[in-house]
Amino acid sequence: MSLNLEEIGRIAKLARLELSAAEAETTLNQLNGIFGFIEQLQAVNTDGIEPMAHAVDVVQRLRPDTVTETDRREAFQAVAPETEAGLYLVPRVVE
Amino acid sequence: MSQWEVVIGLETHAQLKTQSKIFSGASTAFGAEPNAQACAVDIALPGVLPVLNREAVVCAIKFGLAVGATVAPRSIFARKNYFYPDLPKGYQISQFEIPVVSGGGLTIQLEGPSTSSGQARTKFVHLTRAHLEEDAGKSLHEDFHGKTGIDLNRAGTPLLEIVSEPDMSSAVEAVAYAKALHALVQWIGICDGNMQEGSFRCDANVSVRRPGAPLGTRREIKNLNSFRFLEQAINYEIQWQINEIEEGRKIQQATVLFDPDTGETRAMRSKEDAQDYRYFPDPDLLPLEIKADWIADVKAGLPELPEAMKARFEADYGLSAYDAAGLTTSLATARYFETVVGSVGKAGAKPAANWVMGEVAARLNKEGLDIDAAPVTAAQLAGVIARILDNTISNKIARDVFEALWNGEGQDADSIIEAKGLKQITDSGAIEKIIDEVLAANQKSVEEFRAGKDKAFNALVGQAMKATKGKANPQQVNDLLKAKLAS
Repeated sequence: MSLNLEEIGRIAKLARLELSAAEAETTLNQLNGIFGFIEQLQAVNTDGIEPMAHAVDVVQRLRPDTVTETDRREAFQAVAPETEAGLYLVPRVVE
Repeated sequence: MSQWEVVIGLETHAQLKTQSKIFSGASTAFGAEPNAQACAVDIALPGVLPVLNREAVVCAIKFGLAVGATVAPRSIFARKNYFYPDLPKGYQISQFEIPVVSGGGLTIQLEGPSTSSGQARTKFVHLTRAHLEEDAGKSLHEDFHGKTGIDLNRAGTPLLEIVSEPDMSSAVEAVAYAKALHALVQWIGICDGNMQEGSFRCDANVSVRRPGAPLGTRREIKNLNSFRFLEQAINYEIQWQINEIEEGRKIQQATVLFDPDTGETRAMRSKEDAQDYRYFPDPDLLPLEIKADWIADVKAGLPELPEAMKARFEADYGLSAYDAAGLTTSLATARYFETVVGSVGKAGAKPAANWVMGEVAARLNKEGLDIDAAPVTAAQLAGVIARILDNTISNKIARDVFEALWNGEGQDADSIIEAKGLKQITDSGAIEKIIDEVLAANQKSVEEFRAGKDKAFNALVGQAMKATKGKANPQQVNDLLKAKLAS
C-alpha cells in the first residue's frame, strides 16, 4: 500500500499542519517509507497470538481518589500567550 | 406516520461522582473560578503522565453490575484525536476496542394501557457498551473582543459513556430510557444526575425506515441536557427526515444540534468533513485489569437495585405495581419509605406509601427539596402514621400534625398532639355531651330533620365536629347523633 499526495493533504489537514508542495512531496516519501516497514511487520505470521495494547506486559497502576493538586493558575497563565478573567484566550472558534 | 418506523439509539455521558479527575489529582468540584482546577496534566503541559483514578473504575464496575453487563477483565484506553481548543492534548483519552463494560440492559416503563394481566407496560433496552473517558474543557464564545475564552476546569472530569442499542422506536421511549438510566446512575451513587450542570447529557441517533426495510441513514443529535429537549429534538428530527424522504431527497449522515429557541435541529457537520478520530491505544496508559475478587467486592457494596426492590415491595408489603414504582424512583425515597414501614409495621405499608408519595412528595415538590432534606424525618412520619393506626388521631388531624412537624413546631407527633390537644375524642360519653349541646343550640335543624330534610342531619354532624375541633371520630358522631335523633 502506498499513499498519494491527496491523502497527504487530508492527513495534514486533520493534524492541522500546513505543508508546502515540496514538504508534501517529502512527507509522502517518508510516510511511504514507513508503510514499507509496516509491510515487513505484517509479513510476520502472528496467528494465534493475542494482540498487545502496550509494549510492556504489565497492567495499569491505579491512583486513590484524592485531590492532590492545588491552584497554580497564575504560574500556568504567566506563560500563556493571552488570558483574561482567568480564561485562556484563543482565536475565535465557531461550530 | 404509521407507515414509517423510527429507530433510536442513545449515547449518554454520565459524569462520575469522584473527588478528583480521572487522570489527575485536580478537584472536580463544580463552580470554581475558571482554570483554578486545571492542573499540569489537565492543561497538557509537556512531560506529564496520566494516572488512572481507582474510584472511576469502581463506578464503571458498579454500573456494569447494575445493568447485568460483562465487566472486562482487561480493557484498553485509546486516544481519540481531534483538534479543538478546549482539548489541549489534541486527543481525548477514551476507550475504543475493548471497553470496560459490554452488554447488559435495563427495563423501561412505558405509559399507556397496561397489559391484560394488569402489569405496567415495560420494554427491555439493550446496551452495547459503557466506557470510561475524560471530559473536555469549555469554550466561551462571548465577550472576549472576538476571541474565544477557554476554561479547562472540566477537562479530565471522569465520564462513563453509555451506548444503547437502537432499541427505541419513539421519542417517548427514548425519554423513558433516559429517565430510567438517569435514576439508575444516581441510585448506585456513581453520578449526581444534575442535568443543568451537564452531569448527565444525551446524544440521540435517529433514523426512519419503511417497516421491514433495512436501517435508514441516521443523524446524531448532540448534547441534549434535558428530557424535554430530548423529546422535542427527536420528534422534530423524525418529522424532518420523513419530509425529506417523502419529498424525494436522501438523508445524509450528519451531526446536528438542537436549538431550544426554534425547536429545530440543524446540521453541524456532514459526512464529507466528518472527523477521522484515528483511534489508537494510548501508550501512556497500560491495560486496565479488573480481577474477579475486585468485582465481587464492589458487588457486595452495591445497594439493592430498583427492579429487585420494586418486586420486593409488591411481594412483602402487598403494594400495587404503581405504588412500588413510585416508591423506587430514587434510593433515598425507597429508604425513607422503608424506615417508616420498619417503624409502623407491615400493616402500615399502604398508609406509609400514601403519605410518602402524597403529602411528603407534594411538600418536597412545592419547596424544591430532595427527600434527604425533608424537614419531617422518616421516624417522625412513622410517629404520625402510628397515631392514625391506633385511632389517636384522624387522617385529617394527621395532616395538621404533619404540617406542624414540617414547620418545626415539635419534635414528634406525640408532643404535638399533646401540646395542641389534638387527641381524637373516642369517649362516647364526652361525645354525647357535646351532641346534646349541639342539639339544644340548633333546634331549627332538629325540626327540619324531623320534617324529613336529610341535609339538616349533615349540618348537625358539621356542628358537632366543629364543637370538637375535628377531634371526634366522624363515624362515631354519626352513629350517636342518629341514635339521639331517633329517640
